[in-house]
Amino acid sequence: MRAGIRHEFLYFALRNAKLRVGLSILLLFIVAALIGPLFARYDPNAYVGPPAHPPSPEYWFGTTTFGQDVYSQFAHGLRSTFVVGLIGGGIGTLLGILIGLVAGYRGGLLDEILNMFTNIVLILPTLAVLIIIAAYLTVRGILVESIFIGCTAWPWAARAIRAQTFSLRAREFVDLARMSGRSSLKIMLTEIAPNMMSYLFMTFILQFGGAILNAATLDFIGLGPTQGMSLGLMMNNAVLWAALQLGMWWWLIPPGAAITAIVGALYVMNVGLDEVFNPKLREL
Amino acid sequence: MGRYLGRKLLIYLLTFFFAVTIDWLIPRLMPGNPVDTMIARMALRADVAEVLRSYYIRAFQLDLPLWQQYLNFWIALFRGDLGVSTWLFPQPVIAVIYRAVPYDLLLLLPAILLSWIAGNQVGAMAARVRWLDNTILPLGYILTATPYMWLALLLAWALGHVAGLFPIAGAYSFNIRPHLSWLFIQDLLWHWFLPFTSLFLVMFGGWAIGMRNMIIYELEADYSRYLEALGAPQRLIRKYAFRNAMLPQITGLALQLGAIVAGALATEIVFAYPGTGYLILQAVQNQDYFLLQGCFLFIITGVLLANFIIDIIYALVDPRTRLGMTGE
Repeated sequence: MRAGIRHEFLYFALRNAKLRVGLSILLLFIVAALIGPLFARYDPNAYVGPPAHPPSPEYWFGTTTFGQDVYSQFAHGLRSTFVVGLIGGGIGTLLGILIGLVAGYRGGLLDEILNMFTNIVLILPTLAVLIIIAAYLTVRGILVESIFIGCTAWPWAARAIRAQTFSLRAREFVDLARMSGRSSLKIMLTEIAPNMMSYLFMTFILQFGGAILNAATLDFIGLGPTQGMSLGLMMNNAVLWAALQLGMWWWLIPPGAAITAIVGALYVMNVGLDEVFNPKLREL
Repeated sequence: MGRYLGRKLLIYLLTFFFAVTIDWLIPRLMPGNPVDTMIARMALRADVAEVLRSYYIRAFQLDLPLWQQYLNFWIALFRGDLGVSTWLFPQPVIAVIYRAVPYDLLLLLPAILLSWIAGNQVGAMAARVRWLDNTILPLGYILTATPYMWLALLLAWALGHVAGLFPIAGAYSFNIRPHLSWLFIQDLLWHWFLPFTSLFLVMFGGWAIGMRNMIIYELEADYSRYLEALGAPQRLIRKYAFRNAMLPQITGLALQLGAIVAGALATEIVFAYPGTGYLILQAVQNQDYFLLQGCFLFIITGVLLANFIIDIIYALVDPRTRLGMTGE
């Protein structure tokens, strides 16, 4: 039976054009992030070539105003983009699940308090909070950045999961589990969570994309990693060192194009997954 | 309706309290302290540094007990005292921010309102015209996935640098002083066009997709089917669907505000547009912590106010909240 269901999902997943397109683009960039840096001949921050050199066989993506290799920066930046997405998105999803499940399942006063807290953090402009935190950190790494991004991104996920939990909590199988004397934690993890697995997975995808966009904006403002390279930092440097006025398109365009492609692929994938998981939306 | 707005107001007040506390707490919580950083940058003799250090600690009242520092922070806040900018010393932070506000509003208000209206209209149209749906949907997904600053960079490069149609920096030409004349307004609008367009386009994608999905959902709802069975004209059914789909879009606007403001900050940085975003960049580069904290409070207050206005509009538009039939 279980194998049958999995088979069915796979069948619809493979037939879904949106999922196929989104997943292929994403895989392309994952592969690029994994093996790209291996082909980089230079250190991303080292001054290796002639300044402001357009793309050439020697410097594939050209060089910056200082003669840094844009390709090396791009390849390493791509890696940190996925790190931020994975860790930031992961933490955001986990916090959302934890708070949403507990608030939705327990109800009562605990729910009131958690819901109030969720609403407060939801209204706070995430980026403003991140700016104020990052500004006071003198040494910033990609890991720390991801953790902070995850810690501020959970509210909408918590709210949606809480609503889902509410509707599942009143179902017979949950009552039955409760009558059998199972602990609340076990019920939440084995009865309620599996029944919205598809939803949780889609939440993770959206959180992944959101974390990437947030990190890009934060880096662009100049509060990105002080060590290492990221796509947002590339754009920050490009703007600060007049790539726009000098018309250095090879420095301006690639980082944002990669972010757009990755996040766009994630969004399209999400719509595709929705169609796969939700029988009502399936096109036969 | 009174209860609904009262509840919302309570949440906003709590949020404001929470935000101010964060603003006060983070500098004191983070490793290393700004006074040491400031003195280290001056590279003074050890004994001079020590004197200056104790002077700063007294000047910033860091020698008081924590609760008193916290209380003083609130009192200063209500007096409109956000400290003195170190970047533009000795101007008070509040005056620096005050000068940036008109540019923020000039950029944000038209971009938000027009993209919301246009996105809703086009999204609703896409829900019933096949070819439009096939073009708007992929385009919308690409636009929402675009980082604000990248679209801004792209437009600035293509229309500003390559085509040379628009200026790529500042809010007005350097050879003009701000004054009320046709010449200045023309120049202002000319500089305003690209930042506005890039903000407009990114937001437009999101609203169009949201509206399209909502309309399709509403057209499947029982009341639409019932109207259809009664033989009501399609136009009437779509009108009802549009009205119902509008409510989640208003809520969506409130939820998106934070992200929109973040996008506007990034866009202002690209175009060196003298709004809050540009201030934040300067504050970060010059390590002007007072200015940064002031900008933070300014953004929070603005977003909360806008949220409250949207709530009032929502309550006026939705008959259920107007009559007090729903709590939230």
